[in-house]
Amino acid sequence: MATVDSQTANQTVVLKPAKGWLGVDLKELWYYRELVYFLTWRDIKVRYKQAALGIAWVILQPLITALVSTFVFSRGLKIDSGSLPYPLFVLSAYLPWHLFANSLTKSSSSLVGNANLITKVYFPRIIIPLASVLSSLLDFFISLVILLIAMVIYKAPITLTALWIIPFSVLAMIIALAVGLWFSALNVQYRDVQQILPFISQIWLYITPVLYPINIGNNPIFKAIYNLNPMVGVVQGFRWALFGGTQPDATIWISGAAILLLFISGIYFFRRMEKTFADVV
Amino acid sequence: MMNSDYAIQVKGIGKRYRIGAAQERSDTLRDLIVSQVGKARGIFQPRRSAARSDHNHIWALRDVSFDVKKGQALGIIGRNGAGKSTLLKVLSRVTDPTEGVGELRGRVGSLLEVGTGFHPELTGRENIYLNGAILGMRKKEIDARYDEIVAFSEVDQFIDTPVKRYSSGMYLRLAFAVAAHLEPEILVVDEVLAVGDADFQRKCLGKMSDVAQQGRTVLFVSHNMSAIQRLTEESIVLDKGKVLLRAPSAEAVDFYLNRGLSKLGERFWEHDEIPVTAAPFRPLAIRLLDKNNTVSDSVRSVDPITIEIEYQLEAEITGLRVGYYLNTSRGEAVFTSFDTDPHDLFNEYTSRPAGVYLSRCTIPANTLNEGRFSIGINASAYRIKRYFQDDQALSFSVDASGAPGTQWPEPRPGAVRPALDWRIDRKGTA
Repeated sequence: MATVDSQTANQTVVLKPAKGWLGVDLKELWYYRELVYFLTWRDIKVRYKQAALGIAWVILQPLITALVSTFVFSRGLKIDSGSLPYPLFVLSAYLPWHLFANSLTKSSSSLVGNANLITKVYFPRIIIPLASVLSSLLDFFISLVILLIAMVIYKAPITLTALWIIPFSVLAMIIALAVGLWFSALNVQYRDVQQILPFISQIWLYITPVLYPINIGNNPIFKAIYNLNPMVGVVQGFRWALFGGTQPDATIWISGAAILLLFISGIYFFRRMEKTFADVV
Repeated sequence: MMNSDYAIQVKGIGKRYRIGAAQERSDTLRDLIVSQVGKARGIFQPRRSAARSDHNHIWALRDVSFDVKKGQALGIIGRNGAGKSTLLKVLSRVTDPTEGVGELRGRVGSLLEVGTGFHPELTGRENIYLNGAILGMRKKEIDARYDEIVAFSEVDQFIDTPVKRYSSGMYLRLAFAVAAHLEPEILVVDEVLAVGDADFQRKCLGKMSDVAQQGRTVLFVSHNMSAIQRLTEESIVLDKGKVLLRAPSAEAVDFYLNRGLSKLGERFWEHDEIPVTAAPFRPLAIRLLDKNNTVSDSVRSVDPITIEIEYQLEAEITGLRVGYYLNTSRGEAVFTSFDTDPHDLFNEYTSRPAGVYLSRCTIPANTLNEGRFSIGINASAYRIKRYFQDDQALSFSVDASGAPGTQWPEPRPGAVRPALDWRIDRKGTA
């Protein structure tokens, strides 16, 4: 009793030496969508299964971060977050930042962590970093609820503009995936990546206005360089969507172009390296 | 090139690996930078890449061409390192061929191991779905076959228990159950039957032959020659990455056994099969010798059997004992013996300096009953360190003809068949 979809019954697989640069086969990716789902689901499930506090960590992490940074930066270093209460200021940036940093860390080590799959079964390899990026979404949603509660406590109005956080969150994930594609593929060959990654994450955090407000003046060149860091646009856009203030201006296109470049090059680099993963990992 | 009668056609497939690819993973960026600088310096030197690449690479497969008709089951035989696994990896698209082309028509399911992607923290149920998806099944397909899979695995009471609490037998049964219910048009199977106990192997074989009879195309690699003959009509014999012969399976198996391609009754350990933790102990070979001192995997119960373990010590080891476990093919222990069990040897070999050694042990005639046995080897220093262990080093069969009691053609249960002293006295006249 063969119950194979008609679309797959006639599928022909061609084996040939891999050469050159290949794009992503979107049709194939769509065919494997359930695997993306199952791997994401596995990552989430496994992460909290053995932790004693389980899913409570997801709630504790943003709370502790907000608390500590409020004391250190707001009370201690007297950083001025303007009219916005500092906890809200931090939480609103922490959300997209954490989504990004989490996704990046997980996707970068994802290929090495799934070496047993890579050497035994075929599927589009890009699914692995993709699933690890998606698995960060659960943390994000829970943190979002915390942020909303905080907004209610601080009596910050919730407007329709807040819906803009959706594209900005997607953007944060795309950036993470773009960098993750580079790093995960490099990590297969050079395990140094795993050592460097925490530094990169940390430095990236410092050059992104998460803990402090931007005060970079109006020098357009300076601003342009600053915006080359695509997370600047994301974090600012996120704050703007929730609390208003300075609307993202034309410099966000610089972030956009940087993202596009990273993403496309990431895909091509990944596809190029993909062919040797099973032999090297 | 594709003829629609064929499910698989490959032409001139070759796969080249860099020697020491295993070490490549520990490459660091520093090595990369150093080598790039080196290359840059070499720009003005004549290119010698062709000569060098042959030196640094090996061809695991070379010029492999064959085709498989739809619905045909093809066996692939060859000894370790002949390229069987590489061929299956290429066919299942885990790795790309270095040269050559091929076409596979139909959905390909590959079983290079059972339980790929099983996660110990997840329950049996969760792993069925995860593993099924990894093997290429759709969720609705898994839903439809879920009950069948659970029934086949016989672990229904534990289906909501994390698989890390499963016994290895349960784990294997569940893993195989998922794989067995994969229903692709082309099934590529590596030595998955080499695991588990005899009952389980029989069950798997049964399932495999069902699959083969359902008109699916099957590529089947095994060391089990009787399984090859049962499941496949035709087989190809691989050696050193090349196809030596394609013939009806019985003929291919015959060729393989007689050409000395298989030294049954002998096992060598390749470098990459030895864990680094074994050092300074390095197993070289284990052999089973019959009464004429020839290597064999089938011996007679009425003859003495010799087991020979060859190994190298790269440094001196104190308190080393090298020995073996003898088990039945069902996994029941028969006995365990070490080379320093005899008191005189124990006193003589308190420590062994570096060198190549041969530990030999003779099992006296009339010890083992008929059946299949397996030998696992162990090299350790008692309570200090286990250097090396291989539970499936070798297997062999014992023929009982001529042994005591064989005048009755009945099977005698038990692993041993000693020739015991019996006396019959007549105590009176009734």
